[in-house]
Amino acid sequence: MKADLDRDLVSSLDEALPEESHLDSGHLHRHDAGVARQDRRLAAGENRAARVSLLVYRSISVLAALAVILILLWGVLDLPLFGRGNNPVENEVSLRYLQSGLQEGGAVNLVANMILDYRAFDTLGESNVLFAACCTVILLLRRIQDRESAVSPLGEASPSALPEDPVLALGARVLCPVILLFGIYIILNGHLGPGGGFSGGAVMGAGLILLRNALGTERIGRFFSYRTFRRAVFAALSFYALSKAWSFYTGANRLPSFIPAGTPGAILSAGLILPLNIAVGLVVCCTMYGFFALFEKGDI
Amino acid sequence: MDLQALLDNRVEAAAIVLFGIGLTTLLLNRNLIRKIIGFSFMDSAVFLFLASEGYIEGRTAPVQNILSARPAGAFVSPIPAGLVLTGIVVSVSVTALMLALTVRLYRHYHTLNLDEILHLARREEE
Repeated sequence: MKADLDRDLVSSLDEALPEESHLDSGHLHRHDAGVARQDRRLAAGENRAARVSLLVYRSISVLAALAVILILLWGVLDLPLFGRGNNPVENEVSLRYLQSGLQEGGAVNLVANMILDYRAFDTLGESNVLFAACCTVILLLRRIQDRESAVSPLGEASPSALPEDPVLALGARVLCPVILLFGIYIILNGHLGPGGGFSGGAVMGAGLILLRNALGTERIGRFFSYRTFRRAVFAALSFYALSKAWSFYTGANRLPSFIPAGTPGAILSAGLILPLNIAVGLVVCCTMYGFFALFEKGDI
Repeated sequence: MDLQALLDNRVEAAAIVLFGIGLTTLLLNRNLIRKIIGFSFMDSAVFLFLASEGYIEGRTAPVQNILSARPAGAFVSPIPAGLVLTGIVVSVSVTALMLALTVRLYRHYHTLNLDEILHLARREEE
């Protein structure tokens, strides 16, 4: 069933004009084949009208897209020149971030200062968008998997049932520790250089996905199950929300942190930025891996 | 159109053209996966536009040097970097959501063609 569906998915992706060729193709999975045939006969009568309206629709959409491009290009003509320092974008806001970020936030990476100290509320919302999207994907894909397995208990040829590919397995065994370590480095180094929770979390998520593909779902399920996912994301998001709520409660401006500020440039510095980076990295890593697992198997 | 001005702002112009390509893909294809690909094109175009707005020639990434602190005039603007970061996260979330909805639609209607899906849905309602 699943293989059939996959083939169907691939073939309908490959078709240049899916409508016509899909109706003619042999593997039509429709339950009401008789009604479909009747439809086709009806469609043959309406074919000419449909084709004309399709042509009109296509030309109108090409013209609309061209008009959008031209209008926007006309706007580009009035933009300030590319790469010059006197843009109106370079106003006192970015100047303030650049001038006093190091004293006020404590992180050498001024972008990290901006997204996790000055505008940390924004980043909390971002993590929550990711979390909400993952929740919706779970709602959409997890439940249907249960129903399907209840209807057809026939074992699906899941990738974990396939024999292990030695090249992939060895490659993953060699690469994955390096990838995960690199992700951790990016997260922990987020306030000292380019990096941070989002990019490091994405790298770690990619490492977990490689591990899952190479070693199968059972083995990764030993240390990363649905329960781990829920707990990690919940802990990270609530830690972030509580620490930011506390900092807002205490005035949100030069928060008197119980975390010692440390010397800028040391790994234990910049106050809350390092813990917040770790929290964001956890959320991103778990949701990236969760997206992949849900799309592949319908379960984490 | 003034070609010289377009050449000066070539990165922004490229972003606009990329946006238009994405919009055309979105409008012309009836396959849902291709529509999602077009949407991702438009996302990338917006990120390219934002990132190019923050770039200033001859300045470096906004990472301070501890040993010899540099003045604010040495760095590019950090604000577009933060905005693009937000945008990328939201675009990943939206793409995942759209793909999940597409999977559900495919499981129900066994087709990715939007016209056919609408046709079948209308017949189901009747």
